[in-house]
Amino acid sequence: MRTLKFLLEKEFLQILRDPAIWRILFVMPIVQLLILPLAADYEIKNINLSVVDHDHSAYSTRLVNKITASGYFRMTDYSAGYSGSLRAIERDRADLVLEIPPQFEKTLIKENGATLFIGVNAINGVKAGLGGAYIQRIVRDYNQDVRAQWIQYPRLDPLPIIDMRYSDWYNPHMNYRYFMVPGILVMLVTMIGTSFASNNIVREIEMGTIEQINVSPIRKVHFILGKLFPFMLLALTVLTTGLVIARVVYGIVPVGHYSTIYVFASVYLLAVLGLGLLLSTYAQTQQQSMLVSSFVTMIFNLLSGLYTPIESMPGWAQVITRFNPVSYFIQVMRMVVLKGSGLSDIQPHILAVLGFAVFFNGWAILNYKKRTG
Amino acid sequence: MVKPVIVEELVKKYRMKRGEVKALNGISFSVEKGEVFGIIGPDGAGKTSLFRILNTLLLADQGRATVNGYDTVGEYKKIRQCIGYMPGRFSLYQDLSVRENLEFFAAIFNADIQENYLLIKDIYTQIEPFRDRRAGQLSGGMKQKLALCCALIHQPEILFLDEPTTGVDAVSRKEFWEMLHRLKERGITILVSTSYMDEAGLCDRVALLQKGNILSIDTPEGIRGRFGKAVWAVRASEMFRLLNELKGDPSVESCYPFGQYHHVVLKAPLAGETDLRGIMDRERYAEAEVRPISPTIEDCFMALMKE
Repeated sequence: MRTLKFLLEKEFLQILRDPAIWRILFVMPIVQLLILPLAADYEIKNINLSVVDHDHSAYSTRLVNKITASGYFRMTDYSAGYSGSLRAIERDRADLVLEIPPQFEKTLIKENGATLFIGVNAINGVKAGLGGAYIQRIVRDYNQDVRAQWIQYPRLDPLPIIDMRYSDWYNPHMNYRYFMVPGILVMLVTMIGTSFASNNIVREIEMGTIEQINVSPIRKVHFILGKLFPFMLLALTVLTTGLVIARVVYGIVPVGHYSTIYVFASVYLLAVLGLGLLLSTYAQTQQQSMLVSSFVTMIFNLLSGLYTPIESMPGWAQVITRFNPVSYFIQVMRMVVLKGSGLSDIQPHILAVLGFAVFFNGWAILNYKKRTG
Repeated sequence: MVKPVIVEELVKKYRMKRGEVKALNGISFSVEKGEVFGIIGPDGAGKTSLFRILNTLLLADQGRATVNGYDTVGEYKKIRQCIGYMPGRFSLYQDLSVRENLEFFAAIFNADIQENYLLIKDIYTQIEPFRDRRAGQLSGGMKQKLALCCALIHQPEILFLDEPTTGVDAVSRKEFWEMLHRLKERGITILVSTSYMDEAGLCDRVALLQKGNILSIDTPEGIRGRFGKAVWAVRASEMFRLLNELKGDPSVESCYPFGQYHHVVLKAPLAGETDLRGIMDRERYAEAEVRPISPTIEDCFMALMKE
């Protein structure tokens, strides 16, 4: 135990002397949390629209007005023919083409139905998908408006309309920042934790200091624990900085208790740091360990459910996410922040992450060899 | 009484892309208590591999070794308690100060600085003025002194020093050896490796190591005494031409540059100064100088390498 105390003392001295540490601890979370949630907006706005109106009627004008008034679209091009608007798409001035056929108004009134053409630039898949969906909804609305207008009041057989009302639970204003900011924070803590931990043992190898440690009677467990705790504290500092920013800048006050977040984060960090140390025991240079750890954390983050909901992933990918500690933390963060879950609600998550912690650290201790063959 | 270090038929191979490299080729020797034992050999002779095996950092492929009577494989934990190791590369924490390094290494060996201060006092007083300076900012000689302090702080019975004087200036080297001799007086057995032949004379016994084989083990005097032939130091105005000339001469056994002179060994045991003068006069060298010298360890090493 005495040895462990001295190991910890030494690690802290070294960490606090590293001039880069303060920047990493405070500047990194601030920059990331201030820029990412504001820039990475889920709502697609400013879709560039090209309109080809062969009809030039009151009805077609009303449709175009309705679309541009929705706020999602920006009319950047008005062409006389389809080829003109296609050129606009080719020059990247338009994302979507709406072509209104001749006699649109006439056929709509006389034949009780008309056709429209919508062409979408599918290079940006998200923009194409959402843009197409938005415009369809607007056209449907427009359709309903037109029909409602035709109905003579009062009439025995009014057009039946199913009116839907919905409410968003836990996030009533559907403020995407409420679920993005905690998620990004998890990503940040994970990245900093693993890269710190994975670089550390390798640094001792590179500096040659591991030789002195290895001939000493230090026990492997002590050595690994001596590395684990300082970095856990560092990562918790990053988490705290992040939670303060979330509260001050974004007004995110967790419904649940902060202590729940910290309890889970501590267990989670044991797992993530253990992973970093494990990678570290395999690497020979800091470059190697850095590369591998950023590769692993990138995969973990992409498969964490932060950007793509886990439920929409294919079955095999969903299985992978079950072995991804990051996905557990993101779930827990959202549960605690938005729903107010307590320790008993996140018990399965804690147990799963505890399993990872034992697994990674155990492996790291086994693989760290004081002797080479 | 158990000998501090016993090495028996030690073999260490490294697997490289192109076949195997034998770093140690079945070497055996033993070290007596309280002696300064030098492992002398050029770079790549296997010195560091040998040290790492004895320090329980590396496993040998064949053979066995004991340190203080403990087996390097089975009882490595006991060995780690009683040895001090100073690797060839500076391996203290560069971002910790002199004092912090010393305190840390004392702590991990469960040693008390006050109790063992006597042992390191001579050395530590020299670096004490810089005790709050980071180890990375010390000069080469200072770093060596600090490393020695850290290796001694737990009062080891055996000290392993792997090329401690490489890259250290001449004055610091001399000081370093004086420190080793003072430690020897305190009864510490010292194993030191070096590639400087002139340091061999400072050891009690030396083993000449070359390509994983021990060429000779003896006291420095013994090794020099066994060198049966006379060595001549020659000098002239055109040193390079002279070197090639002598190397090509049929009566010369070996000739190699040695500082300002060339050392020459002649084939015929009775041949001497007149023969060398003859060669040099024949080829009209100006400022020719020939004088007999007693063989140095390097002369012995060169001769042994040829055999």
